[in-house]
Amino acid sequence: MTTTTVSGPSANCPNCGAPVKFLWSSAIQTTCEFCHSILVRTDVDLKKVGEVADLPPDASPIQIGTEGAYQNKSFVVVGRIIYEYEQGGWNEWHIVYNDGSSGWLADAQLEYDLSWAAKPAGSLPPSDQVQRGQAYPWNGKTYEVTSLTKAHYKGVQGELPFEYWNKSDLLFVDLRTTSGDFGTIDYSENPPLLFLGRAVEFDDLHLKNLRDFEGWT
Amino acid sequence: MAAVQAKSISCPNCGGAVELRGFAHTLSAVCPQCHSVLDASTPEVEILQKFEGKTQVKPTVPLGARGKIGGTEYEVIGFQVRQVSSPDDSYSWNEYLLFNPYKGFRYLTEYNGHWNFVHVETALPEPTFARGRPAWRFAGTVYAAFDSMTASTVYVLGEFPWRVKVGESAACQDFIAPPSMLSSEATGGEITWSRAEYMTGSQVWQAFKLSGSPPPAYGVFANQPSPYGGSIGSAWRTWLWLNVALAGLLFLFIVISPGRVAFSDHYAYSQNVKNDSAFVTPTFQLDGRNSNVELSIHTDLDNNWAYFNFALINDQTGQTFDFAREVSYYHDSDGSEGSRNNNVIVPSVPSGQYYLRVEPEMAVGSPYVRYDLEVRRNVPNYGFFGLTALLLLIPPAFTTFRRGGFEAARWRESDYAPVSSSSKDSGGDDD
Repeated sequence: MTTTTVSGPSANCPNCGAPVKFLWSSAIQTTCEFCHSILVRTDVDLKKVGEVADLPPDASPIQIGTEGAYQNKSFVVVGRIIYEYEQGGWNEWHIVYNDGSSGWLADAQLEYDLSWAAKPAGSLPPSDQVQRGQAYPWNGKTYEVTSLTKAHYKGVQGELPFEYWNKSDLLFVDLRTTSGDFGTIDYSENPPLLFLGRAVEFDDLHLKNLRDFEGWT
Repeated sequence: MAAVQAKSISCPNCGGAVELRGFAHTLSAVCPQCHSVLDASTPEVEILQKFEGKTQVKPTVPLGARGKIGGTEYEVIGFQVRQVSSPDDSYSWNEYLLFNPYKGFRYLTEYNGHWNFVHVETALPEPTFARGRPAWRFAGTVYAAFDSMTASTVYVLGEFPWRVKVGESAACQDFIAPPSMLSSEATGGEITWSRAEYMTGSQVWQAFKLSGSPPPAYGVFANQPSPYGGSIGSAWRTWLWLNVALAGLLFLFIVISPGRVAFSDHYAYSQNVKNDSAFVTPTFQLDGRNSNVELSIHTDLDNNWAYFNFALINDQTGQTFDFAREVSYYHDSDGSEGSRNNNVIVPSVPSGQYYLRVEPEMAVGSPYVRYDLEVRRNVPNYGFFGLTALLLLIPPAFTTFRRGGFEAARWRESDYAPVSSSSKDSGGDDD
């Protein structure tokens, strides 16, 4: 991991004693780079709550420390959640903007979406009632349900804005608009969480500090 | 951080090595030796499907080829032959999976020498109408319904970021706005939209730096841009502007060049007078550069004709311009025929002193005729304008005609062909 624009306090891993540096001061959870313990911040110290199994091989060009900018707002990647479903896996990269706010950059087979936690006007549909083709008006736009994905959590890495580990089967509902907006309802929490954002092209993200691929320069 | 390594798996069916180009994105791969479809997502490498086909298909663009399209380099990592079969028709196309480890996946399709570069779209199109049928608006462009089909995967090579399966089919619909095409593909209720841009074989050859020449294109493809398409509006616009210019020129001619009267006089002729009818006029001056001279004849003929032989003679050099005109005018209760007047334009007459030699003739027994002769210098030749206007019509008319033929050929291949049911190009089954 290299230098980033966001700095935060550091501590030591309660499991192995290695230094744990926070890139984002508001992080609730992180992982130890050395012993792969999942660490949750309490008021006083770090508490080990679990351990990350070996991360599945993935070919996202993004890594923790990747920097980018979207619409003149720069960000740095500080953590991720890895999901898997029957047609592959995807990464939800946790990104922190230079104003201290945080969001998500999804990379699903190199299709990129940026999103932010959103508060829906009205309540979200219960998981057993949501269907493809349903439409919801949010922020003056019509979001249509395009896919329901049953996924499972495969691992976490780095800093997250909440405690997130040891999850099992999960339902994600993706929504799209006619103007390139993106929404996802995460049914892992009750009530479910809504994230709204946009589909983005790789070039729109102006990413730096990416992974290299053998045979590609 | 070290570079992500390309991995290779070994085929549990034949033991051969399968090199992967799509890194961990690859969920399934086809063994190049025994053509088994393998699950590449787990270390166990399960066989998903054994090859049961009889024929091998050689991709026109080889697996592993890299090409630059729209400034991004892509590698061909997968290949599918997709087939549409119906009782009276069967055709297939080739679909190449393109990969860039940062920009993601794209497709290249090939049918009868026609190519398309395809990008999967996540934004939703908006329903609308075009050509009196349901259509879609996407990113500001309206795509007209073209055709729909059920396409089955009949042959696969290479690797895919999903579990590919020979025999799997999808309900496809194409909507066109040449050179673009919007397509929907439905599998298991989920709809994927993609947008394609037409490419010629030589563009593909150039992008992938392939040797030889691309296979020739047959027929007109759904979203092939019309070679007359962009120009049809502009052809007529150009025509309009040229006509405006022509009208301006005509106006200018009328204003600045009405023709100066060089000579005019009144005469009378009777064939009863038995002396030589020929006479010469006094001399008159024709000025300026070489230009035309108009002689107009105005008569009082009434149900009769007269014939005039003229010679315009240069008094100094003796240069002579000979010409003749008949004037005839007949009328009765049903209407009239001919005119009491006539004129003649003599082109390119040098300046100088001239006179006219005039010799009228009439039928024996004709009454007396009075006539005026007027010589004008520099008269505009309006015939030129008419002819030019007519000639100007040729290019746009031709373009319109050719475009009509091209569009007819395009729509003959659609579900909305105006006539006949022999829909698809019969050349489609040559794969």
